[in-house]
Amino acid sequence: MRAPDTELPIVCDSVSVLVGKLAILDRLSVTFGDGAPTALIGPNGSGKTTLIRIAMGLIAPTSGRVTWGGREAVPPLRRAILFQRPVMLRRSVVGNLRYALAAAGIARDRREARVIELLALVGLAGFEDRPARKLSGGEQQRLALARALARDPAVLFLDEPTASLDPAATKSVEDVIRAVSARGIKVVTATHDLGQARRLAGEIVLLHRGRAIETAPTERFFMQPQTEEARRFVAGDLLL
Amino acid sequence: MPDQASALQLVLSGDPALFAIVRLSLLVSLSAVVCAALIGLPFGALVALTRFPGRAGVIVVLNALMGLPPVVVGLAVYLLLSRSGPLGSWGLLFTPAAMIVAQTILITPIIAALSRQTIEDLWLEYRDELAAMNVGPAGRIATLVYDARFSLITTLLAGFGRAAAEVGAVIIVGGNIDGFTRTMTTAIALETSKGDLPLALGLGFVLLAIVVAVNAAAWGMKRVGEQYAG
Repeated sequence: MRAPDTELPIVCDSVSVLVGKLAILDRLSVTFGDGAPTALIGPNGSGKTTLIRIAMGLIAPTSGRVTWGGREAVPPLRRAILFQRPVMLRRSVVGNLRYALAAAGIARDRREARVIELLALVGLAGFEDRPARKLSGGEQQRLALARALARDPAVLFLDEPTASLDPAATKSVEDVIRAVSARGIKVVTATHDLGQARRLAGEIVLLHRGRAIETAPTERFFMQPQTEEARRFVAGDLLL
Repeated sequence: MPDQASALQLVLSGDPALFAIVRLSLLVSLSAVVCAALIGLPFGALVALTRFPGRAGVIVVLNALMGLPPVVVGLAVYLLLSRSGPLGSWGLLFTPAAMIVAQTILITPIIAALSRQTIEDLWLEYRDELAAMNVGPAGRIATLVYDARFSLITTLLAGFGRAAAEVGAVIIVGGNIDGFTRTMTTAIALETSKGDLPLALGLGFVLLAIVVAVNAAAWGMKRVGEQYAG
């Protein structure tokens, strides 16, 4: 049984991130509440990764306000992230998981049971003693997912989780994401892949030039896009 | 050839005088490595993980100090420990302790500079993941030192190699006193000047063997580490 969620909803209110004079995020407002996965879509440079890092609390906005469960400056105790290119610690598979469990404050006597549970969840049972850095790209991605889940998050951010994976590895990662979502964990994923957004998400947020152009339930976004940018993006036109 | 044969005979027969010199050399150099590690590793980690005004200057100086001339270090320690020096009352000059102090000063910058580079490189790699896992400063240092342990062992060996091979500092502060402060390198220098080549060569063989053995052990450990830890 998970502890009550205290970090949702995550509200980004008129958030801007400036690098020099360049606005990576431009007065962007978005809310991530409980429920089906949210997919952040948009062309390169639209601000997806920056938004995920802001919502995770890894970087602070230049202006605007971010709250987690109505509070500011909440440490990421129930938030987790899977980076586009996750870094494996120089340890075995089980060593990576034990480290994440210890960092999450899981009691020592509960760690081994959690390790077995997480490895089964991501399909890496039997890989315990393998050096993490010698796993394939898909296996590393699944181990990073297991590591992110070690802290029993209320919300899981995924930054292009399958960007460099082949179709089989992509499917295995997507299966884990579905299983995670079915457990009641809020998933927010950045993706270029419209097919993946359709398969996984219940809500779509289209970003363009650092702004949230359109937010809609997945079905409506693809069938009845409300904005010109969304129509063009769904039709496969380039958004520059 | 007769000199080489005599040298080998000295080594193989376990000549007590030769092995007393070897024991003292190892004691001094290994003690210096331990002392330098206790100072250099935390200092290297601190510089790697913190940002402060003048940090670039500290790194440049640290790197430059890797090339400290042993005779200059020996002279500085001599002036500190001599009867008229600020630490003269400690009575350490011409003792193994003075040699440990000199070698510690000599190799601390090597260990600090190389560990700073190793830990900083790993930190750039791990930074986002550790931040996402909400790992605090102490936990970060512990993680980086643990995960870089095989590279850091190589760093310590670089320090040991420097200490074991240097002659300038220990001869100035140790005095090369027979049976008390005579190390392999100072003995080789002395015996060569006296023309006693078998003992000098025997010590040279042992010194080379130690350096090769230590580096082979480090290489083996690194390989095992890569196999199990990636």
